[in-house]
Amino acid sequence: MMLIRAWAVVSLLALAGVAHADEMRLAVTTSFDNSGLAAVLLPRIKADLDLDIQMIVVGTGQALRLGEAGDVDAILVHSRAAEDAFVAAGHATHRREIMYNDFVLIGPGHDPAGIARAGSAAQAFGLLAQARAPFVSRGDDSGTHNKELALWQKAGVDPGAQGAWYRAAGASMGATLNTASGMNAYVMADRASWLNFGNKGDLRLLFSGDPVLFNQYAYLPVNPARHTHVKAALAAKLEGWLVSDMAAGLINAYKVNGEQLFTFNARP
Amino acid sequence: MDEILHGTYEAARLIVTLDRDLLEIIVLSLKVTLTAVAIASLIGLPMGAWLAVNRFRFRRIVIAVLNALMGLPPVVVGLFVYMMLSRSGPFGAMGLLFTPSAMIIAQVLIITPLIASISHQTIRDLWAQYHDLLISLNATRGQRIMSLLWDGRRALLTAMLAGFGRAVGEVGAIMIVGGNIEHATRVLTTAIALETGRGNFAFAMGLGMVLIAIAVLVNLAIHGLGRTERSSVW
Repeated sequence: MMLIRAWAVVSLLALAGVAHADEMRLAVTTSFDNSGLAAVLLPRIKADLDLDIQMIVVGTGQALRLGEAGDVDAILVHSRAAEDAFVAAGHATHRREIMYNDFVLIGPGHDPAGIARAGSAAQAFGLLAQARAPFVSRGDDSGTHNKELALWQKAGVDPGAQGAWYRAAGASMGATLNTASGMNAYVMADRASWLNFGNKGDLRLLFSGDPVLFNQYAYLPVNPARHTHVKAALAAKLEGWLVSDMAAGLINAYKVNGEQLFTFNARP
Repeated sequence: MDEILHGTYEAARLIVTLDRDLLEIIVLSLKVTLTAVAIASLIGLPMGAWLAVNRFRFRRIVIAVLNALMGLPPVVVGLFVYMMLSRSGPFGAMGLLFTPSAMIIAQVLIITPLIASISHQTIRDLWAQYHDLLISLNATRGQRIMSLLWDGRRALLTAMLAGFGRAVGEVGAIMIVGGNIEHATRVLTTAIALETGRGNFAFAMGLGMVLIAIAVLVNLAIHGLGRTERSSVW
């Protein structure tokens, strides 16, 4: 144990370098990290607040668990029902909406199910079930997975009872997109992950724009009453920055291939 | 095929330009893994020798369990270490989760059975040769273990290198307990998993080739230091 402690000190010193900024841990969803927005925001936060954000990139389900255990100081996720339950259980002091992006339906270029002409997201999901076209689901209890399940329900389809065309990958967004690309199957992804994804193959963006596909991101500081060690002051400082005009400008101006990914909608 | 060619190109580019972020994750990879191998050897080598020279009631069972633990799934170890080090776990107050120390602990748990098992087998064979000699010299148990470890040092090096190989290429456990935090706990394997998830296959392949090159270099360096493979008998 002594050895490990000694190592911890040595490696901390080595990693921290000379100047020591404040540090806090933020659990974020894969979609946020994959979007590339984090790479824009973090250096600015460091410059403005002298605060190093250590991001733990996981699914919404795991992010909530990390917050519940007090292993991170705050979380940034997108799964309304789960977040409300999290606040109600007292794990976070409150929930602050920051921005939204949207989900898109991806599929093979020749679109055998014809979802490109669907009038709504529910109709598109209905067409997928009718055509029994291969569909890859996250299947990992993430925010994206929960959203997908809600959309199937809206379309009156029970995906669990379907045949082999419905494949639950049980994986992150990137791994699921890789699976879909390999199988040339349909898949639902957040727009950011899709645009930044490097292995598109024959896949195309086929359906988007229905307001039910909007995806709200919220910031939840972990409750210091539950975990006395959490850095509540730093979490509050970060929240203040995330809802500032500076953040609004950076978030709204962030573009991939000329497309705006996120829309800032925090209320001051 | 294209991806592999691109990967080779990426690997060359990364090494030639000596990318600063890459250097950082290489240093951390080596730091974590070499520390883990050192600690696991301090535990595993004497444990293997002790098991070889002692006869006790549950010896067979202990050895069978040790051999079985060589196949321990890293993800399970990661989850176990996470639950131990989590703020809501028994050692939470130490605040070790998502630090290199947590990664070292996980790797020690993964490779100690491997090192102990291989050293046990090596020393058992050596003990068969040395048994009569050491007994007639009236060597104490500690002296027997020490002389067996010393005379079997080259084979034991192989045990350590096997441990190094398993630890340096491990991703499941250190992803969970390290968190793959940029500039803090990101190592080569977790970076490869990340880039694969982003669909950047060429970059991920490049990192993979760097990882293999480092493993080969470490093995060569250790063989060089140990002067093995030089003549027919060493």
